[in-house]
Amino acid sequence: MSHPRDRTGVMDRRDLAWYADRCAQVLIFAGGISAIVFIIGIFVFVTREGLGFVFGPLDLGQFFSSIEWRPTSDNPGYGALALMVGTLSVTGLAMLFSVPLSLGAALYIGEFAKGKTREALKILVEMLAAIPSVVWGFVGMSIMNPLIIQVFDVPVGLSALNAGIILGLMAAPIMTTIAEDALKAVPDSYREAAEALGATRWEVILKVVIPASKNGLVAAVLLGVGRGFGETMAVLMATGHSINIPTSPFDGVRALTATIASELGDTATGSPHYGSLFTLGIFLFVVTFLINLTADLVVKGIRKK
Amino acid sequence: MVEANGAGAGPRYGERPVVEVRDLAISYGGKPALKDVSLDIYRHEIFGIIGPANSGKTSFLRALNRMNDFNAGMKVRGSVEINGKDVNAWQNVYALRSRIGVVFPLPVGLPLSIYENVAFSPRLRGIRRKAELDEVVERCLTRAALWDEVKDRLDSLGSLLSGGQQQRLTIARALSQEPELLLLDEFSIAVDPVTTMRIEDVLKELRAELTIVLVTNLVQQARRLADRTAFFLTGEVVEIGDTEEMFEGKVKDERTTGYIEGRFG
Repeated sequence: MSHPRDRTGVMDRRDLAWYADRCAQVLIFAGGISAIVFIIGIFVFVTREGLGFVFGPLDLGQFFSSIEWRPTSDNPGYGALALMVGTLSVTGLAMLFSVPLSLGAALYIGEFAKGKTREALKILVEMLAAIPSVVWGFVGMSIMNPLIIQVFDVPVGLSALNAGIILGLMAAPIMTTIAEDALKAVPDSYREAAEALGATRWEVILKVVIPASKNGLVAAVLLGVGRGFGETMAVLMATGHSINIPTSPFDGVRALTATIASELGDTATGSPHYGSLFTLGIFLFVVTFLINLTADLVVKGIRKK
Repeated sequence: MVEANGAGAGPRYGERPVVEVRDLAISYGGKPALKDVSLDIYRHEIFGIIGPANSGKTSFLRALNRMNDFNAGMKVRGSVEINGKDVNAWQNVYALRSRIGVVFPLPVGLPLSIYENVAFSPRLRGIRRKAELDEVVERCLTRAALWDEVKDRLDSLGSLLSGGQQQRLTIARALSQEPELLLLDEFSIAVDPVTTMRIEDVLKELRAELTIVLVTNLVQQARRLADRTAFFLTGEVVEIGDTEEMFEGKVKDERTTGYIEGRFG
């Protein structure tokens, strides 16, 4: 008995193409959910290491309100306020530099630059994004540091300002790329329609292109904020790493990430110090999660309207 | 040349043409799209342009309001005079464009509310007073036969309207420019037949106030609307004539009859 054939001669049999399709489906599914698996895995790991400390020796009131970060002292203090303010001030300053810089760059690349200039700029911006953060930290220490001392006549150049500039430069390429993608997603027919109405190029950008790409531009900025919160090495090298509530941009600060990076290696696993660093990790994780969630909600909200 | 058909609302063939095109040639990256076209368009005329794809119809329209300026690949030779002034002599191309209304093949609702779509051009002209803008918006939407359908939701997004409504919105937007010249490029491509007829009625009424250049892929639409019709083929004007005569078979070139009767297209 032969296999049943239909009139076109096709046999109902699981052939190579069928199996290939199945394999591809399984692999793609695995790839797709791996992101979720990793995120949950990291969260479980970080909380497992930190929660014992959070519900044990940690005084949450002190954690959020005190600037006494003395985990190795005989009379240990776990006040993370200064670290939070440090991270916030550096990120805030970074956004002050990088938002205008990257939106301007994106507008130029997306709306004005043509042909080879445009391609060259895009490649250069992407190359900027590939510079390792330790190199940026090096720039902060050996170029920005003396420069700030000289220009502003201050005794120390390792400060929130220094780290803010460095971090701003670091975040700008990725923000530029995302913002430019958002501008490019605005159909040319919108530009043509507005131009046909007699709008100048600037009016087209201001009244049509930017409103139409609002979602992507907001996403670009929030991505930059996320980058600022998470950046470690450059911030560690450029801030001065001093526990301090800054009163001016020239004050040294210390970031949450930098604290974890510089101290974790010296702690005994399971010790209160170890637990306190993981608590900082939980805090960072929750904050970045909230930023991304807000970004999502904001973007969705804009889309609905 | 067609005889002047009297005074009143009809085309003013006795007067100087609104649009005078001489030896207009357009090419994209060296590839010619339009070859030495010369023609006149008169005030209060609906000037139809028919022809198959790639015949240069759209390129011709784009040269009229210098939409080629930002298209580096598009090269234009020859002259286009509107009201006796060469369009290339305009230093402020934005001012030139603001006097010419354009309706594109696919309706482009700007990502703004219905109200703001129509108020866009008046705002560019510097009209700020709400009452004045309200008046312009209502008048233009009414003339485009859209007011009754949208008057209760002027604040909702223009892009949420149906295709036919969006196309009438773009016509209202073009009218808000108070143009002397209205260019329509295959406006009915994405519009249902009933709406097409409504827009055609609107255009017939508008002829009393302005001059219309109607590029269309529907030869019967040209017959219904155009006073004179030009037949474009592969970048050349095969012939220009009185629409009714053309459709009755009084043509100079066999190809025109062939296209009109659907033997090729």
